[in-house]
Amino acid sequence: MLIVVCIKQVPDTTQVQIDPVTNTLVREGIPFIVNPYDTHALEEALRLKDRFGCKVAAISMGPPNTEGTLKKALALGVDHAILLSDRVFGGADTLATSNVLAAAIAKLHTEVDEVALVLCGKQTIDGDTAQTGPGIASRLDYSQLTLVDKIVSLDLTAKKIRVSRKLEGRHEIVEAPLPAMLTVVRELNRPRYPKVQMRLAAAEAVVEVWDNKTLQLDEQKIGLKGSPTWVSKIFSPERDKGEMLGDGYADPAGAAALLIDKLMAKDMLPL
Amino acid sequence: MTPNPSIFAPLLIASLAVFAWGCWKRLSLISLGQPEDRLNNIGTRVGDMLRYAFGQKRVVSKPFGFNHFIIFWSFLILIVANTEFVLNGLFPNTFKLVKLPFELYVPLAFMIDIALLLALIAVTVAAVRRIFSPPYPEARTLEAFFILGLIATLMLASFGLNATELAAYMFKSGADPASFISTAQRIMPISAQIAGVLPQMHLGTIHTVAWWAHALALMAFICYLPNSKHMHILTAIPNCFFHRLEKPNTQPREEFKVGNTFGVGQVDRYSWKDLLDSFSCTECGRCQNVCPASITGKPLNPRAVIHDIKINLLENGAALKKGGTPQAPLIGDKGEGSVSEESIWSCTTCGACMEACPVLIEHMPKIVQLRRHLVESEAKFPEELLNLFENMEGRSNPWGIAPSERTKWCSQLDIKPFDKNTTEYLFYVGCAGSFDSRNKHVSVAMAQLLDKAGISWGILGKDEKCCGDSVRRLGNEYVFDKMAKENVAMFIERGVKKVITQCPHCFTTLKNDYRQYGLELEVIHHSELLRDLLQEGKLVLDKPTQEMGATVFHDSCYLGRHNDVYDAPREVIKAATSTAPSEMERSRNNAFCCGAGGGRMWMEEHVGERINLTRVNEALEQKPDTICVACPYCLTMFEDGLKDVKADNVKVRDVAEVMAEALLR
Repeated sequence: MLIVVCIKQVPDTTQVQIDPVTNTLVREGIPFIVNPYDTHALEEALRLKDRFGCKVAAISMGPPNTEGTLKKALALGVDHAILLSDRVFGGADTLATSNVLAAAIAKLHTEVDEVALVLCGKQTIDGDTAQTGPGIASRLDYSQLTLVDKIVSLDLTAKKIRVSRKLEGRHEIVEAPLPAMLTVVRELNRPRYPKVQMRLAAAEAVVEVWDNKTLQLDEQKIGLKGSPTWVSKIFSPERDKGEMLGDGYADPAGAAALLIDKLMAKDMLPL
Repeated sequence: MTPNPSIFAPLLIASLAVFAWGCWKRLSLISLGQPEDRLNNIGTRVGDMLRYAFGQKRVVSKPFGFNHFIIFWSFLILIVANTEFVLNGLFPNTFKLVKLPFELYVPLAFMIDIALLLALIAVTVAAVRRIFSPPYPEARTLEAFFILGLIATLMLASFGLNATELAAYMFKSGADPASFISTAQRIMPISAQIAGVLPQMHLGTIHTVAWWAHALALMAFICYLPNSKHMHILTAIPNCFFHRLEKPNTQPREEFKVGNTFGVGQVDRYSWKDLLDSFSCTECGRCQNVCPASITGKPLNPRAVIHDIKINLLENGAALKKGGTPQAPLIGDKGEGSVSEESIWSCTTCGACMEACPVLIEHMPKIVQLRRHLVESEAKFPEELLNLFENMEGRSNPWGIAPSERTKWCSQLDIKPFDKNTTEYLFYVGCAGSFDSRNKHVSVAMAQLLDKAGISWGILGKDEKCCGDSVRRLGNEYVFDKMAKENVAMFIERGVKKVITQCPHCFTTLKNDYRQYGLELEVIHHSELLRDLLQEGKLVLDKPTQEMGATVFHDSCYLGRHNDVYDAPREVIKAATSTAPSEMERSRNNAFCCGAGGGRMWMEEHVGERINLTRVNEALEQKPDTICVACPYCLTMFEDGLKDVKADNVKVRDVAEVMAEALLR
C-alpha cells in the first residue's frame, strides 16, 4: 500500500510584496517554504505509515530548486521523493498541474505499489484556488474528500475510509471507498519536527526527477499550453484608512463604548 | 599495650583492597566518558585548585562553610597522625613521631592535638546543624550522620590514644604528675589534660580500646569513602583543577555528520569531566537553594541532576563497559538515576548553580546536552517550541515576523547602514530591539544616544539576523549552527569588528559563542558603552533626571554571571539619576533570574510559582519607582510581572532609556 502526498514549494507569502508597477509578485530574495497546508498532509501520511506500516511517497511539481522542499519531506520520513520537473510543465494552471500530478500518481501505482490514498493540503497559500487536489481526484477517478480535519477510520483491507470534513459552522462525517484523495486543513494534526540524523541523510539523498520523457504526456495538456486560466493582473486591494476612536490609553471604557456605538450604527453588532 | 600486627595487617589490607576496588570501579566508570581536553593553562588550573579546593574559596562564602574549612584542614594535618598510626600498627614502635627531632615534633604534635579538637567541634556543629537546620530537608540522611559519627569516633579515639601514651610515659618515667602534665600541656594541650585524669591501673585497657576503636573507624572510613558521597574528598580537588576555564555557558559545538550522535541520551555520551563532576558532588544543596526553578517549585533540582547522572552511571556501568546498551534510561520518569523531561525544560540556564557550587561542578552544560538529545535525536520538546524553532530557522526571529520588518523601529529615524570603510561600530539591534514594541523604545533611545555622542555607527538593517541564542540554549544546535555560520560569514564579509548590543543574549552569543566559529569580535554591551562614553566625556550630563524616582537594578544573568558585567549598568544609572540604584537581596553574581533565559522566554510556565513574580516581589521590597534592567527579556518579564501584581505605579526602564531621559528629554 502506498500513500502519495502532493506538496508544493511556495514563496513565504508573509514576505512577498507586489511590484506596484508591474503588478506581479516580487519573488527576488524571498525564501521558499513548504505550503503550510501540505505539511499537515505530509504529517498525516507519516502517521498512517507509523500505524499501518505502509510506504509514503512525496511528489512535487516545480522548478529544479523544488528539490529542497522534497528533501524536507525526506527528512521527516517519506520513503520516496519525486520531483516532477520539466520546462514543458512550466506556466501550468491547476488543470494542467493536476494532469501532471495524476500521471505521476498513476505511474507510482503501477510501478511502486497500489495507491490507497492521495493527500493534499486544502489549498496553496500562493494560488489559493483549492482546485489541484480535486483535479487529481477527478483525473484518477478517486473518491474526493476535501477539507478533512480528522481521519475517523481507515480500513485498508475493506478499502474504506471515514473522515470528518470541516465545513462552515459544522462537521460532516463521510465514508468513501479507497483509493481516495483527501485535502486537509490545519486542524488535522500538528506536524512533527525533523530529527537531525534524518536531515543529514536527506541532505545526501538524491531526489528522483521525472520529466516529460518519463511521463510521456500530451504537451497540449500540460504547462502553459494546457492551461486555460491566464492571470491578467495581481494587485493589493485598496483599503480605506481606519480611524482612531477616543483615547484607549486614558479611557479604555469610553473608547470601547464609542466602538460599540459605531458598530451598532453600521448594524455590525447582531444583538 | 601494643597493637597486634597479625590481626591489624590483614584487616588493613582488606580495607585498602575495598578502597582500591571502589576507586578503580569509579575511575573506570569515569573513563567511559567522551574525551575532552582539560589540560590547557596548567598554571591557571593549579591556581584555581589552590584557591577553590585548598583555599575553599566558595565553601567559606556561606554560613557553616568555615566549619567545613576546619574539617578539611584538620584532615590534611591528621594525615600525618594517621600515617604514624598505621605504620605503628604494622611495625610497632618503629615509626613514632616522638622519635623526630624535638623542634619538629613539638609543633607537629601541637598542631595535631589542636586539629583533633577543632575537627571534633566542627563535626559536632555539623551534626547539630543537620538536625535543627539542614541545608535542605533531604540532607538529614543516615549516611551523613554515620560519616559525622565516624569522624567524631576517630577524633575521640585519637585523644584516647595520645592521652594514654602520655600517661604511660609519665608513670614509667616516675615524673611528678603535676609538673609533667603542665609541661606536656604546652605540646599537646588537650591530650595532656585528659592524661592527667586517667587511672593508672586501667591505662592498658583504655589504650587497647582506643587503639582498636581508631583502627576500626579508620578502616571503616577507608572502605566507605569511595562508595559514598564522601568520594568528594578524593575527587573535589582534581575536579577544581579540571574545571572549565572559559565561562561554561558557552556549550561545545557539535559536528553534523551522518552517523554522529547528538546531545546526550545515554550516560557515556557525557565527557569524562561531566562524569567526574557527578562523583565530586558533596550534595551540599547550595545549587538547589539558588536555582530559580527549584525555588519556585519546578521539578528541576540541579543537585538531583548531578546525582541522577552518577546513579545512572553506576547502574549502567557494567553494561556500558562491555559495549552493551544501557538498561536504565538517563532521560525519563524512572526516579533516581534518570532526569525527567520536565526538569530538563525547566532550566533557565541562569548559571546560579554553577556560581554557587563549591567544587566547580558544571550543571548547565549537562542539561543543555540532554536538551540536544531530545531536540535533535528525538524531536521531542514542549509543543510551544515548534513554532519558535521554525520561525528561527525560516525567518531568523522568534516570532516569525517577516525579516523585511526589521527596520520598522527606525523608520522615523535617519540611520545609516553599516559600511565597512566608514563605520566604526555595528549596532546589532537584536530581535527584541527590532520587533518587540516595548523594546523598540530602547533601540530608539540607544540610536539617539549614539548620535548624541557623535560616534560612527550603523546597522545591518534588513540583513540583520537573529544571533541564535535561544535555539542554542534550547538544545537545537543544528539550527544554531546554521544561524551562527551565516552570521559569522556576514560579519566577516561586511568587515564588522566592533559590535554594540543592547541584549545580553546577543552579547554573549556574538562574544563567546561565535568565537568557536573563529570570529573574534569586540562586542560591547550598551551599558558598558554608555559608561565609557560618559567617562570619555562624549556624553555630558547637564543635570540628572528626577523622572525615575527611586531605582533598583536587576542583573541579567547573561550580562552578570555569564559575562561578569556588574558595574557598568549601575554606573550609568547613578550618573543619570545622581543616586546609585538600590540593591535587591539577591544581586550581582547572586542575582535571581527573571525566568526568561535558556529559551524559557518562549515557553509556558505551568508548574509552581512564576519565576518573574518571585523576582518582581523581591524588587518591590526595595520600594522602587523604577526597576532598571539591561536586557530585553528581563524588561518583558518585569513588565508582565508588575501587571500581575498590579503594581501599576512602578515602571521598568532599560539603562539606555534612563540615560536618554537624563540627556535628551
